[in-house]
Amino acid sequence: MSVFLTLVRRELGGTFKSLTGYIVIAVVLLLAGICLVDMITKLNGGVTEAPVTQMFYQSYFFWIILLPITPVITMRSFAAEKATGTYEALMTTPVGDWQVVLAKFAGALVFYLLAWLPLLGVLFVLRQVTHQPEYLEPRATAGAFLGLTLIGSLYLSMGCLASALTRSQIIAAVLSFLMGVALWVISLRPNAADPGQGPLGRAFDHMSLMRHMDDFARGVIDSRHLVFYVTSTVFFLFLTTRVVESRRWQ
Amino acid sequence: MESVPMIEVRDLTKRYPGRTAVDGLTFSVAPGEIVGFLGPNGAGKSTTMRILASYLPATSGTARVAGFDVFHQTDEVRRRIGYMPEHNPLHLDMRVREYLKFRARLKGLGWRRSRERVDTVIEQCSLRDVERRIIGQLSKGYRQRVGLADALVHEPDLIILDEPTIGLDPHQIRAVRALIKSLAENHTVLLSTHILSEVEMVCTRVLILNQGRIIAADTAHNLERHLQLDGQVIAEIAAPANDLRETFRDLPEIERLDIEPIDGAFMRVALTPKNGHDLRPIVFEQVRTRGWTLRELTRDRHSLEDIFVHLTKGRKEDQ
Repeated sequence: MSVFLTLVRRELGGTFKSLTGYIVIAVVLLLAGICLVDMITKLNGGVTEAPVTQMFYQSYFFWIILLPITPVITMRSFAAEKATGTYEALMTTPVGDWQVVLAKFAGALVFYLLAWLPLLGVLFVLRQVTHQPEYLEPRATAGAFLGLTLIGSLYLSMGCLASALTRSQIIAAVLSFLMGVALWVISLRPNAADPGQGPLGRAFDHMSLMRHMDDFARGVIDSRHLVFYVTSTVFFLFLTTRVVESRRWQ
Repeated sequence: MESVPMIEVRDLTKRYPGRTAVDGLTFSVAPGEIVGFLGPNGAGKSTTMRILASYLPATSGTARVAGFDVFHQTDEVRRRIGYMPEHNPLHLDMRVREYLKFRARLKGLGWRRSRERVDTVIEQCSLRDVERRIIGQLSKGYRQRVGLADALVHEPDLIILDEPTIGLDPHQIRAVRALIKSLAENHTVLLSTHILSEVEMVCTRVLILNQGRIIAADTAHNLERHLQLDGQVIAEIAAPANDLRETFRDLPEIERLDIEPIDGAFMRVALTPKNGHDLRPIVFEQVRTRGWTLRELTRDRHSLEDIFVHLTKGRKEDQ
């Protein structure tokens, strides 16, 4: 356990000592700021029924932030260490392959959540500005952050896999960005009003991130969504571990 | 305990697509030895070391470290090895002390123990002055010592160093060599290099590798003697060429004689002996009795290149 924590600390330390870490934080701050302005303008227009968090998800800002930052956060994890050779030094210590994978994932997730903190500020400011606390229902906010964590986990685990596959950070970033966009495009299908046709359509509906997020943002935590994110994250982390192990296959 | 060799390698082979990097290697290293891998680039030194550090699997054959199989008992092996990979990769954004502490924790040392050990290796590798500096800002000599300190930090039985002195200036090379020599008391060391003099100075035994095979294994001193490479003597003598030729031609110890004029009255005389005789006393005796002037008398030191040429030629003739 202490080895795991040492590794996570190293991951975070590496991120905060790199320029990319601060660029990610700056970009999220900027977009969160624009988003705040956007929401204030919308709220000025009149009364809305939906919680603010749901408005936020429907505004596309969530996706504009999520899709590019997750590849940038994870691109370093394996690729950079392979390129500099420290990967060899790491893998010749008595540390398990899965321990390394989990630590890299956990480090990325912690950084990802830290990068989202400005969103809390945005919600707080909205509440102060509008003087309408009902906009910021605690359950909806908690649900929103849970959704954000779950979707983030899935995207970061895909990023870890991409990074483990190559020694170039650029390739890792592009690969995980493409995977992320592909998953998002599937979600863009018409939603609940038009249930999918045939098994493939139903499968796509089940994978629709948009639908999941809509639920989360209203404070509805559906166990099917939970199962979907946990299993798919575990699946990608499992693949990553296999890739890390593959150097030992004959 | 004494009977278990620190390293035992049997028929070790590593094939990459289209290339055999290591070809049926067999050797063993006893505890307390400093063994040098000597060979040109691509001879299979790094690959063998990576297999021993259980980073890469072998295609066939077995390798054991302290009695543990490097493939099936990876954890046991890794705990006993301090490995410095080729080019000494370090986290350049970390500070020296922070990095060593991080590595010590990864290698399973507890909080208090890692602190003690980091202090010890910082002292041992003379890193006290730079312990708070960022590794990326250190000179190559210091970085190399950080790599060595990392290899030592968990008190491994076996230390594997891949080209520990490459890219250093002569002063730094000396410091690193002295450090490696001082390790011999408590550790077994396997290091690779392509500098012959380094092996002579540091190692108790040499394994010469070429194209993935061991072509010679012995002490550096014995190698030179057995291979009869300590032959040719060069003398610079001020004397007429004809006199020189007549004097040396008839001596029974001399196999070959080359004379060429250099500056002024001096001639460069190259003498090749029969049966590995040392010709220097004979040459000196002749010069003294004839009253010539001698300004240089040296025995040709053979470079690694010569040894390779010699050994690889020998192999081809065998086949």
